[in-house]
Amino acid sequence: MGRYIELSTTQDSDLVVRCSGDWTSANARALELDVAATEPSLAKSTNTVIDIAAIDALDTIGAWLLTRLRRQGAGPSGGFAGASGKHQSLLERIDNYDPEEAPAPTRENWFTAPFDTLGRTIMGGSGDIYAINTTLGHLLSAFGQTMIGRAPLRLASFVQQFEQIILRAIPIVALISLVVGAIITQQTILQLRNFGASILVVDLAAILMFREIGVLLAAIMVAGRSGSAITAEIGSMRIREEFDALRVMGVDPYQALMLPRTLALIVGLPLLAFVGSMAGMAGAILVARVYGDIPVDVFIIRLRDAMTMTSIMAGLIKAPFMGLLIGLLASLEGMKVQGSSESLGRRTTSSVVKAIFVVIVADGLFAVFYAAIGF
Amino acid sequence: MDTAPTPAAPAAMTVHDLNVGFGNVTVIDGLSFELRTGEILGLIGPSGSGKTVTMRAMAGLVPHRRGEITIFGRPFSELTIRERELLRRDWGVLFQQGALFSSLSVLENIEFPMREHLDLSPKLRREIAHVKLDLVGLPPSAAQTFPAQLSGGMIKRAALARALALDPKILFLDEPTAGLDPIGAGKFDELIVTLSKTLGLTVLMVTHDLDSLEAACDRIVALADGKLLKAGTLTQMRAATEPWLRDYFHGPRAHNLEG
Repeated sequence: MGRYIELSTTQDSDLVVRCSGDWTSANARALELDVAATEPSLAKSTNTVIDIAAIDALDTIGAWLLTRLRRQGAGPSGGFAGASGKHQSLLERIDNYDPEEAPAPTRENWFTAPFDTLGRTIMGGSGDIYAINTTLGHLLSAFGQTMIGRAPLRLASFVQQFEQIILRAIPIVALISLVVGAIITQQTILQLRNFGASILVVDLAAILMFREIGVLLAAIMVAGRSGSAITAEIGSMRIREEFDALRVMGVDPYQALMLPRTLALIVGLPLLAFVGSMAGMAGAILVARVYGDIPVDVFIIRLRDAMTMTSIMAGLIKAPFMGLLIGLLASLEGMKVQGSSESLGRRTTSSVVKAIFVVIVADGLFAVFYAAIGF
Repeated sequence: MDTAPTPAAPAAMTVHDLNVGFGNVTVIDGLSFELRTGEILGLIGPSGSGKTVTMRAMAGLVPHRRGEITIFGRPFSELTIRERELLRRDWGVLFQQGALFSSLSVLENIEFPMREHLDLSPKLRREIAHVKLDLVGLPPSAAQTFPAQLSGGMIKRAALARALALDPKILFLDEPTAGLDPIGAGKFDELIVTLSKTLGLTVLMVTHDLDSLEAACDRIVALADGKLLKAGTLTQMRAATEPWLRDYFHGPRAHNLEG
């Protein structure tokens, strides 16, 4: 029959299944095939004897295969012939397991599954709107309590977060803004030169950098850099029950963790946006000199006419709102982490993606709003 | 080694003159003992005496600076990388916190080592995983749950099922009954004894639990400051004159051992 099973017939029974060799995990595949090949004969036979006297080594996998064989052949009450004492006790223990008891894993209908997912996504999205308001409420109440002196002002925590989230982000934000400012200026100069109006690049660069690009780049960088960090921090604290520890000690986690971070974002993001815009202008000056032959002093004089306080303010006013949105989403996603490390990874990703999306949408809304009020 | 009494059973693992340290700190210094085939050996000692480090060194998780660990008569250092990999399937480790993969269900956790190392059909693998679940006394309904949804005792049982997935010959248990209620701990001791008998397991158990020592362990090895303090049966340990052992076995928490 196979390497491990031999079939024969005797006078007393129409089928003798003689098992031999090592019935262990090392031979699992071959054993499984042998057992599968025996099954048709077992089904035909009415009186089967399973002889295991020749089995050398037996482990749980072998014991389970034998048990399966026995249940199919000799029926649930039949036993093994020639079992040694050691093998017998293992077989008896394994026989305790009844696969009927195991619940079948729930499978979704292939047809309804996509609709189910769609519905859950939509409901999850609307749930997010509710949850983000809840988080905002928690944060505002924590802020209010600090203001009226009912909760401590966590200055040390705020300063530490400010350094982590804002100050340490300055080099990368400045660098990226410089490069982006240079690229924008280079592209516009090449176009404007056709009209003999390359000097207008100064107006364009200044307005673009201060009103849009500076703040947007800073917000996107911070969302990626610190939004993920905040979510991961809060999330792992939730997994390790540190969050619950804070609560039972009577410390509001929103007060102790989320508020300093969100405040640092709100206060710091305008600063980062300004630094970014200035770096962008530096890039513009450099490229205007190299590609447009616009001397630095000419650039500066032109810049004085092109720039207004309105342009600077239009950019900076947006920054705190973006900081708040990043903080809210990061805290919210961190709070959603449950149990597993996989969930932590998923929430961190979703925190960054959502924050960047929301920041860009908010920027668009501000642009519409400014245009409407003529700012 | 010549002076040691003839062992009742051949050694599954021996530790000879083991030295383990991290940086400037030496945790284990000149430790020798043996783990005999088929026995349940309890490893005790005060906190910080290097019990867990010893176990981790034996399981090959921590490198040692000096000394020799042999497994089934073969020095670990002389094995090739391939042989070591194969050997690792011969031992299962139950970590203190279970160390179940939190993103997999209990059944998937148990299936994982089998999926990695054994050539099984998915159906058989699933059945075997259910058998292991039944072996450690978890209800079939626990199969689809995730580790975060389980109680401490169930996590230990599920982790034990995973440690048993590849039918190891040697089982390392790191404080298996810590954090369990006395009834749950008692049942866990019973489970380990039954499993060790039916599956022919050799067990090394790091523990603080006096009841476990009495209920489960055949022999006890006591460590102090990274050295062997004493090895022997519970009766021999109780008769020991070393101050720490006397405090340990006759202290206020040892009352039910005396009676």
